Amino acid sequence: MTTTLIIVVAVILVILALLPFLYRTFSRSGQVPGEVEAKPRPNLVDTRPADLITDDAVDTDVEVEPEVVPEAPPEPPSFFGRLGKARSVVAGYLGSVLSRGVDDDTYDELEEALIRADVGVAATTELLDALRANAKANGIKESRDLVDALKADMVERLQADRSLQQSDEGQTVWLFVGVNGVGKTTTIGKVGQQLTAEGTTVMMAAGDTFRAAAAEQLGTWAERCDAQLVRGAEGADPSSVVFDAVQAAFARDVDVVLADTAGRLHTKVNLMDELRKVRRVAEREPGVVTETLLVIDATTGQNGLTQAREFTEAVDVTGVVLTKLDGSAKGGIVFAIQNDLGIPVKLVGLGEGAHDLVEFDAAEFVDALVSEEH
Amino acid sequence: MFESLSDRFDGIFGKLRGKGRLSESDVDEAMREIRLALLEADVNFQVVKDFVARVRERVVGQEVSASLTPGQTVVKIVDEELTGILGGETLSITFAPKPPTVVLMAGLQGSGKTTNSAKLAAWFKRQGRHPLLIGADLQRPAAVEQLKTLGGRIDVPVFSDPADPVTAARLGIEQAKATGRDVVICDTAGRLSIDEELMDEIRRISDTIEPHYTFLVIDAMTGQDAVNTAEAFHDTLELDGVILTKLDGDARGGAALSVKEVVGRPIAFASTGENLDEFDQFHPDRMANRILGMGDVLTLIEKAEEAYEEEQAEEAARRMMEGTFTFDDFLDQLQAVKKMGSLNSIVGMLPGVPKELKNTNIDDREMARVEAMVRSMTAEERTNPAIIDGSRRARIAKGSGTSASQVSQLVKQFGEMQKMMKGVMGPQFAKKKAKKNKKKAKKGSRVTASKKQRALAAKQPALQLPDLPDELLQQAGLGGDENQDVTFRLPGR
Repeated sequence: MTTTLIIVVAVILVILALLPFLYRTFSRSGQVPGEVEAKPRPNLVDTRPADLITDDAVDTDVEVEPEVVPEAPPEPPSFFGRLGKARSVVAGYLGSVLSRGVDDDTYDELEEALIRADVGVAATTELLDALRANAKANGIKESRDLVDALKADMVERLQADRSLQQSDEGQTVWLFVGVNGVGKTTTIGKVGQQLTAEGTTVMMAAGDTFRAAAAEQLGTWAERCDAQLVRGAEGADPSSVVFDAVQAAFARDVDVVLADTAGRLHTKVNLMDELRKVRRVAEREPGVVTETLLVIDATTGQNGLTQAREFTEAVDVTGVVLTKLDGSAKGGIVFAIQNDLGIPVKLVGLGEGAHDLVEFDAAEFVDALVSEEH
Repeated sequence: MFESLSDRFDGIFGKLRGKGRLSESDVDEAMREIRLALLEADVNFQVVKDFVARVRERVVGQEVSASLTPGQTVVKIVDEELTGILGGETLSITFAPKPPTVVLMAGLQGSGKTTNSAKLAAWFKRQGRHPLLIGADLQRPAAVEQLKTLGGRIDVPVFSDPADPVTAARLGIEQAKATGRDVVICDTAGRLSIDEELMDEIRRISDTIEPHYTFLVIDAMTGQDAVNTAEAFHDTLELDGVILTKLDGDARGGAALSVKEVVGRPIAFASTGENLDEFDQFHPDRMANRILGMGDVLTLIEKAEEAYEEEQAEEAARRMMEGTFTFDDFLDQLQAVKKMGSLNSIVGMLPGVPKELKNTNIDDREMARVEAMVRSMTAEERTNPAIIDGSRRARIAKGSGTSASQVSQLVKQFGEMQKMMKGVMGPQFAKKKAKKNKKKAKKGSRVTASKKQRALAAKQPALQLPDLPDELLQQAGLGGDENQDVTFRLPGR
């Protein structure tokens, strides 16, 4: 028994003796995570006015209407309507606020509502400080006016361009990234279905070569929507799969490549390096990555902010896809993400069907966050 | 996992510890910060409110103890409350008298049910059981294929039936009985807790297979909603415990704290990595210690025991004490340390390690570089590093693909390590001399600093060797004459 303890001590000594050394060799070899080359993102998004763009006929309608707007479904999904299901379960935080005048408790209850919706302490404090100043300046006395002022401020902070961009030159690539289990593959399937329904041709790249049967899962989606699929062997280098997909898509004149990647925790240095490589390779001639979409699960708490920060640092995220918002979670963390990092939510997942992926609506989202109903 | 939460507590307690008296405003300040730390860690709002209220009540009503300063008393109260919240005892699995023991897995989409079904099967296998996996997730495309691939990797059979989930589960149990499998793990489709149709389906599965254990799989990154989800599943299924996944990220794991508190069911297992063997039972008391920055020495000892052969351990220990520890022994140690898991995870279990060190991201591949250098040395050089001169250094560097200065750093570092070992491991270490050792170790680490290291230390002010040995010995009950109090469970060696 003493031997075991001695060994434990020894192990610790060995590790501790090694640590400073490892750290040094680390910095020498230039592999400190922060130093990995931050490749400036080429200016991909078309900044020219739309009417100046002259293209060959094939691409025209794509250029005019780049957003993924579900048009075909028999019952157009309503963001608000779908949220309603969730609202009835968790709503009611603000019920008592509205029946009273404004006092300290009012702010406490607003704080509770925001924190319970995963907006986070920092963003909540920022919002309520601004609200207090606003209330003082404008003499807000009624609770309802106060709540309206809060909502207006939140909607204001959520203003952003949410369109999904395609490049008129080269091969458009949309890269989907995120931690494990947020719904990247499913999101690609839905985006693919919507794009093909609009007549945009799609190639899917099964870049998740790690999770067992991930390529089969994507393959099922590709079949459903008649998209082409490029896949590699399990355990293959994801960059090579994406590279092949870009080349094949360009050769076959496919409009958009949707590149799947394996879920990875942003704390895994080597996996994040792998992702950087995927993006770099996808950018290789003729590839043009116009969207890097971070998929975040609505149940995610404060860690979502860290995820957004780390993934942006690595692959320059252009937008967030908020999935599983049809559950009881409210996804308030995306407010903090846009408020702090300026990354807007572009799409929202509200269910299992392909048409349950809709454009984000700030006003309705905020209404659901700061719910007034019982 | 809980590191950043523990950092926050470190800061709060740091302010309290030094104080001989606590004023009301000190307590207020501490409570405010504890509240903030917990909320930022995603602990449920209501749970935080109750927790802070309880701690405050106890702190205020606490009589001044003779042996503890008021600051220490607060730390103790928080520790006890935190352990209580996390669930106290480790859940022990009892097997059904009439096999098979049936386990049902439930959870939201993407929480990791399929992967963790396989991990749980691998865990049962390590306990000497013969599990069967049932793939009842017919919803997500290719979910059954995923389970079959995973089952193949751990050599566990997988049963599924395309008819419907309930039938698949029922036939799976029959299959297990027919083939003599003593544990059955039923994977199910992910479902939202508010989806009545699917919740009804899983209730029917549960009614059909009558599980002995029903586990809810929860992502450690879940926010405030974890509680709603757990409550809804608990209402439908009568949960027995929770499996917490993705603990290897930097999520602060507040969901873990909330769920036990709200539904009264413990966290039974935790998954700490992508590999199928990175999964083990969850020990709430140890986790509470870890959150409070006290390390997790018990788990470390268990891991060490798994990684070491007994004779090898004794031999190494002898050499360390004698100071004849060579590069060859060092290589052996490296191998053993590798078996224990990633350096980051081991460092996380050490008590008293400064947070800057814990947060340093260590790439395990760097260990290979060190190994390459040692392997490029001749037998003579390994026993007697003093003979390594310029030309030998150049050769070693060439052989290992490193630079001469890296080699000389390694050699220097090794020398210092030898000194430290002699100091700490000397035969006198077990009694009385712990204090002196602390000094020695501290001195050792300071002497170690070469000019370059000092330059580095200036850039990274906090990166230095902690005075660990003394703290560890005290943790391990060897720090002085309190030897009698050693209560660690050390399975028969």
